[in-house]
Amino acid sequence: MVTLLQLARDTAAQVLDPELPMLTLADLGVLREVTLAPDGRVTASLAPTYSGCPALAEMRADVDAALRAAGFTRVEIRTVLDPPWSSDWITPEGRAKLAAGGIAPPGPAPRRAPGGPVPLTLAPTRSVVHCPHCGSPDTEETSRFSATACKALRRCRACREPFEQVKEH
Amino acid sequence: MTDDHVYQSLAEASPEGDARWAFGTGFEDPLYGVDTALPPDLDRAELTSLCLALGDDALVSAQRLAEWVTRAPELEEEVALANIGLDLLGQARLLLSRAGQAEDAGRDEDQLAYFRAPEEFRNVVLAELPNGDFAHCIARLLLFSSWRLAVFQSLAAHPDPVLAAIAAKGVNELAYHRDHAAQWTVRLGDGTDESRRRMREALDQVWPHRAELLDGEAPELRAAVDMTLGQVLGAAGLPMPSAATAEPGRGRAGEHTPYLDELLTELQSVARADPEATW
Repeated sequence: MVTLLQLARDTAAQVLDPELPMLTLADLGVLREVTLAPDGRVTASLAPTYSGCPALAEMRADVDAALRAAGFTRVEIRTVLDPPWSSDWITPEGRAKLAAGGIAPPGPAPRRAPGGPVPLTLAPTRSVVHCPHCGSPDTEETSRFSATACKALRRCRACREPFEQVKEH
Repeated sequence: MTDDHVYQSLAEASPEGDARWAFGTGFEDPLYGVDTALPPDLDRAELTSLCLALGDDALVSAQRLAEWVTRAPELEEEVALANIGLDLLGQARLLLSRAGQAEDAGRDEDQLAYFRAPEEFRNVVLAELPNGDFAHCIARLLLFSSWRLAVFQSLAAHPDPVLAAIAAKGVNELAYHRDHAAQWTVRLGDGTDESRRRMREALDQVWPHRAELLDGEAPELRAAVDMTLGQVLGAAGLPMPSAATAEPGRGRAGEHTPYLDELLTELQSVARADPEATW
């Protein structure tokens, strides 16, 4: 017997990201929490990836519509800013789906002590990123920015294919 | 498609119930659903002017960065500058929304962005200066993002939890902007004679604006910004620009150059032509 709360959670967790449609919002770590009040109100909390991400409004609308389609009549979508989203919130399953979809998953996000210094990076980062097409570790960054705020552009030296990588953020 | 209005049919919900486009979703407020209650002992006027100042810096800078689209030296750089501008626009929306809530006079982000006159803007003068060559863009971004990153780091401990969260979120974005500007400064400073000459000239042009950025900031913050800039110039093999003793600009008091007027005329034209329009 599926509880109503489980239904609400599963429904919200299955909504796809508008920019990375191989991922659900749960895979991406954008869906923080789904709660069900005794009066039947469902509240889903979303954490924006980047302050200016234009997809957030659509994510909210998609979760709202999915929950209503599942039969919930009172739905509230909340924005959560704290703690901020980081690429570390992407689940292991999400990382596997990204790679299968031709997008290299991010490495660990930079760790800093709260309030501590943010070190400068004066040269392109040299971390090993495997090509999602041929698996070669021989890849290079061509641009630190790509078609969406959350991705960088890389190129594989082995198979020559360009590809995107979700940035460590 | 039966509708004559091409966007109308796209905006309609499909039979599965998923609206396909971000506009018309009814979720315009960037702080929608955030607990925006103000701590009771907080100075509202002070919070309003702080959010307004930092929001205006971001909005005006985003507009100048957007002007690089179709003009950047290479396609990847155009994408980079547009992305940086988009991050700043996102910060501007959050900060102006918060300013409106703290002010409590019924003004939302759109009212503040589109229906204020130049003298009501509180951005630093550096942000409004017209674009120059690419080196100028990088020099300005280096100065702006090094300073703004330090400011946001200190604001992450602000007593207003909403401003603190906006700042904490912005730190990662600004670190990326600063690194981008720093890497280009090194590349241009350590490049050809021509790129080096241009980078030096650009730094000389923007340097006097440090006075306005750092005016009134804590000594630790000033030291942190100066240390970053010193590190970058050192790596680029560039000398510290001669410390022009300029009077700090007075953008925070609403005193601007005519360039802001031109920028706002363009930025605000559509909203003012049709104040009832929604998007």
